[in-house]
Amino acid sequence: MRFDLIFKHADMFLDSIVMTLELTVASLAIGMLIAMPVAVLRTMRLPYIDAVLRGYVFVFRGTPMLVQTYLVYYGLSQFEFIRDSFLWTVLRSPFNCALIAFSLNTGAYTAEILRGAIEATPKGEIEAAQAIGMSPLRMLRRIVIPGAFRRALPQYGNEVILMLHGSTVASIITIQDILGAGRTLNGKYYLAYEGLVTAAVLYLALTFLIAGAFGIAARHLQAHLRPASTR
Amino acid sequence: MHGLEPSGALRLAVRDLHKSYGSLEVLRGISLEAHQGDVIALIGASGSGKSTFLRCINQLEDCSQGEIFVNGEHLDLVHRKGRRVARDPRQLRRIRSKLGFVFQSFNLWSHMTVLENLIEGPTRIHGMHRDEAVALAQSLLERVGMKGREGAYPAQLSGGQQQRIAIARALAMQPEVMLFDEPTSALDPELVAEVLAVIRDLATEGRTMLLVTHEMAFARDVASKVVFLHKGLVEESGPPAEIFGAPKSVRLTQFLKHVRLN
Ligand SMILES: Nc1ncnc2c1ncn2[C@@H]1O[C@H](COP(=O)(O)OP(=O)(O)O)[C@@H](O)[C@H]1O
Ligand SMILES: [Mg+2]
Repeated sequence: MRFDLIFKHADMFLDSIVMTLELTVASLAIGMLIAMPVAVLRTMRLPYIDAVLRGYVFVFRGTPMLVQTYLVYYGLSQFEFIRDSFLWTVLRSPFNCALIAFSLNTGAYTAEILRGAIEATPKGEIEAAQAIGMSPLRMLRRIVIPGAFRRALPQYGNEVILMLHGSTVASIITIQDILGAGRTLNGKYYLAYEGLVTAAVLYLALTFLIAGAFGIAARHLQAHLRPASTR
Repeated sequence: MHGLEPSGALRLAVRDLHKSYGSLEVLRGISLEAHQGDVIALIGASGSGKSTFLRCINQLEDCSQGEIFVNGEHLDLVHRKGRRVARDPRQLRRIRSKLGFVFQSFNLWSHMTVLENLIEGPTRIHGMHRDEAVALAQSLLERVGMKGREGAYPAQLSGGQQQRIAIARALAMQPEVMLFDEPTSALDPELVAEVLAVIRDLATEGRTMLLVTHEMAFARDVASKVVFLHKGLVEESGPPAEIFGAPKSVRLTQFLKHVRLN
């Protein structure tokens, strides 16, 4: 194991961690912005709109994120009208292509997680809100969504970790993320595994931190599920 | 304790309420009036329509026929898509805010603390300042014997404590009429008394209340009027002394014999 080579490239790995985190966090944030309206609209089961949203979720959960990323990166550039339009300034960058594909992907998964949590709202809590004269919109904001977020937390923590791992797809389209940095190291010195082991250790460490953070958040936000120590 | 003749203002009036589930007619024309300070106990066998009646009053269920007046205001209902719903949702919300509803299963908002449960309605619906709402909540917690538990979550409380908070939450809206749907039926026997004590306290204070209950001794003690429902109709009603002491109908006599055995 050539530790010297790994430490010599500590800067490269540090930059790659930033890249992976940027891509993961930005995708999750945009994915959440997509997921919230999709989840709420899907619980309303509006004709036509529901079919479109179901289609979106079906396609993005039904195909590998690698394929989705390829299609955005290589597929869209095949069309001349796209290359000629302002879209090209966005799609020219591999980072943006990965961001678009990842956001749409995690958006679909997150929408389903949130929808399940929204639909699990206890009927009695909704009736209690109706009974004091709450409007449907306020009920959504004050009762349904806050409760759903808490119920969804463990599953969403899982999705965050899957997204972190899935972000390795970015290295395939020339992005220097953690896996990309590992492969660069291997290629440069014709190493067999040093770069990949380093990448694996870094992903493991990040996963550990994320799982820990969600554990702490769950303890705070799900306090209502814990019986009190003093009664 | 209570005059037999209605004295105060008319707080709630229900005229000829009908309700069906499919072909099953659950309410077959029920009328009822509650004046200021009336405590009306609704009794009847399981399935006689007591919950449905209470839930129709604040439109948790729609009714097929009948009129509802709260504090003199007529709830404007219209037929839409085969259902009878409020013409103006804002009017319905205003009327609902004047009716405090207490459920059998408490239905506190589980992600909110006790204090948050109590100030939600006053601040968000009445637009009360937070400080004022907190002060109101504190005084209500004192009344229901739950002072000091502001920060607890519902799951951390016993059933009796949750129901007392639910009563406080309804009172925080400063309603004209309180509707109770078997508030002690989901409780362990040793927790029933603490909730009944709170309700008794409200009756003494002169609250207008409709109370569905199987606690016959309590109804006899606290109610100013008892209404006996049978198969979606008022079979018999009157002061508790008459209803429990000298029932006229066969159904009521049978019903009372049955519950006395318990
Ligand atoms: N959601 C519903 N769908 C169909 N039937 C119902 C529904 N809710 C209540 N019922 C029926 O309506 C009747 C009255 O019920 P309910 O008002 O709950 O009676 P009570 O509260 O007096 O026990 C019962 O026969 C019950 O089976
Ligand atoms: Mg009932």
